Amino acid sequence: MSIFVDENTKVIVQGLTGGQGRFHGLRNRDYGTLVVGGVTPGKGGTDVDGIPVFNSVKEAVEATGASASFVVVPPKFAADAIMEAAEGGITFIVSITEGIPAHDEARTYNRLVEEFPGVRLLGPNCPGIISPGKCNIGITSGDIALPGGPVGIVSRSGTLTYQALHELSQQGIGQTTCVGIGGDPVPGTNFIDCLEAFQADSETKAVMMIGEIGGSEEERAAEWIKAHMTKPVVAYVAGVTAPPGRKMGHAGAIISGSKGTAQAKMEALAAAGVHVCQNPTEAGEKMVEIVRAL
Amino acid sequence: MDLFEYQGKQYFARFGIAVSPGDVADTVEEALAVAERVGYPVVVKAQVKVGGRGKAGGVKLANDADEVRLHAGNILGLDIKGHVVKRLWVERASDIAKEYYASFTLDRPNKVHLGMLSAEGGVEIEHVAEENPEAIAFLSIDPVTGLDLATARRWVAEANLDEAARSQAADLLVQLYACYTEGDCDLAEINPLILTPEGTVHALDAKVTLDDNAAYRHPEWEEYRATETEDPREKLAKEKGLNYIGLDGTVGIIANGAGLAMSTLDVVNQVGGSAANFLDIGGGANADVMAAALEVINSDPKVKSIFVNIFGGITRVDEVARGVLDALARVEITSPIVLRLDGTNAVEGRAILADHLSDTLITEPTMLDAARRAVGLAHA
Repeated sequence: MSIFVDENTKVIVQGLTGGQGRFHGLRNRDYGTLVVGGVTPGKGGTDVDGIPVFNSVKEAVEATGASASFVVVPPKFAADAIMEAAEGGITFIVSITEGIPAHDEARTYNRLVEEFPGVRLLGPNCPGIISPGKCNIGITSGDIALPGGPVGIVSRSGTLTYQALHELSQQGIGQTTCVGIGGDPVPGTNFIDCLEAFQADSETKAVMMIGEIGGSEEERAAEWIKAHMTKPVVAYVAGVTAPPGRKMGHAGAIISGSKGTAQAKMEALAAAGVHVCQNPTEAGEKMVEIVRAL
Repeated sequence: MDLFEYQGKQYFARFGIAVSPGDVADTVEEALAVAERVGYPVVVKAQVKVGGRGKAGGVKLANDADEVRLHAGNILGLDIKGHVVKRLWVERASDIAKEYYASFTLDRPNKVHLGMLSAEGGVEIEHVAEENPEAIAFLSIDPVTGLDLATARRWVAEANLDEAARSQAADLLVQLYACYTEGDCDLAEINPLILTPEGTVHALDAKVTLDDNAAYRHPEWEEYRATETEDPREKLAKEKGLNYIGLDGTVGIIANGAGLAMSTLDVVNQVGGSAANFLDIGGGANADVMAAALEVINSDPKVKSIFVNIFGGITRVDEVARGVLDALARVEITSPIVLRLDGTNAVEGRAILADHLSDTLITEPTMLDAARRAVGLAHA
């Protein structure tokens, strides 16, 4: 099993006719994802390499039966595009856009919760989701993932998500699903959502979690793990040596004072029984050890 | 982006928030002119983006022209925790009956906005929060519905603000919330918010952090950016569109993605080295970006070796490899370069570099191996 998506998930790409949308949309289709349509206002009736383009999400959903949308639009249009997806009947929205204003994110997240409680948003500013061999929505290179499980991955950082996949695949350890939740201040999906889904998924036997400095999501995840998680969790938190008070690229990756430091997060996770590792390679090795002993 | 106090007050004024009459001054003469205009007594305040100005002698009351001359002269050029004062804010001094605290920021765990209001302002709010948390009235605000006046009125009562201040404070809080949301602030804070003996409420300080992601819809922020004090290395990097932060170590770092870049710093540290910088070349980095990154790092005299850590996703490793060769052809890179290349088109990328490898251009198979090699070279 996989979480959130599977081989039957039908996906539309909002922004398919743009450079990035086309590149990643077609790569996702080549991977085997059911990319059934694209949406670009004013370009309905055309196609991108055989994928039909519609004027609105609503039209696309009516014509294709899609349930997921890959939103590839610039920051200033992202909030509206996400809302259009929900209004059009999409229930799983992946937003990779980096640089969306925090107030737009906060408003969009709360509108989704209030008006569309059945909709899940992944991102913004995330690499997307891949269930190896079944479905890839986003910008992850499919060839670094290995189908068959038994590991679930959840990560706040894009490139460290790839690093985690790579560390496991190199050792012949497959993944059920790898979810990049993104490093922005208001993520649509958080660690706990993913841990909960992995805990419930019968094929996932262990979980790798990649955190980073800033916020308190890792600490909250640690509390949840302590109370509910029976599967082994391996964690790595980036930013031990990050200077305080400086933003390091992700809007979320900021530390001020002692709260939100990598050290505090690692201590909280270790206290919850998580195997905390010092770097991605060590985390990969630890996971290999755990999986081989299953 | 953090604003200076004077910029914060000017930003507040755009949203109708009452501040003391005042203006900026870069010289003693300008300070005098402002004082004459707003009327004595005045407060002369150092404009630095660091706390503890008052204790460092950066905030002084002046009752006449001689005192303005004295204090302005002393404060200009003053070094406050490494920040040299280049600009003053001179404002009409206020009589203070009461000092309050008010702020809005994002409550990240709950994904809503958080208002904090206290009748015990004027001091470090962190101390109030620790020692007397019930003195702060917290208000969760749904970003969809916002803050209305009726809620603000209940809030000022709950925070135990003086009766005389409540109505004006409620109005001001609604304005401050508008500044926070429409003004795209990460933080909008007033400490202290004062009640004067005459019964008026206004902001005596301003702490504003703007959300850089919203800059595209705020052309007026351009003037704030011009006054940002920056490390010369960071300035050069910004001109080249790179996300760079200068540090004090000897291993120059180039990585793609903020998470991998942070992790690279960590790994260098774990194997006994220290990073000279954080540099994220982002997704989709091409040869030009790579060349620019190497040039920026090369300009740092502390750098003894360079660690290029790339995991191709959108970034294609063959592009990165071409960028390295391109940069080497364009500028003389004085430090040895250690590369770790994985991900999209990694095989092609390594092949491009194969014929050019030497004592100063080295590839290593893993992140840890490359970190050890780079640190070894930095120490050699």
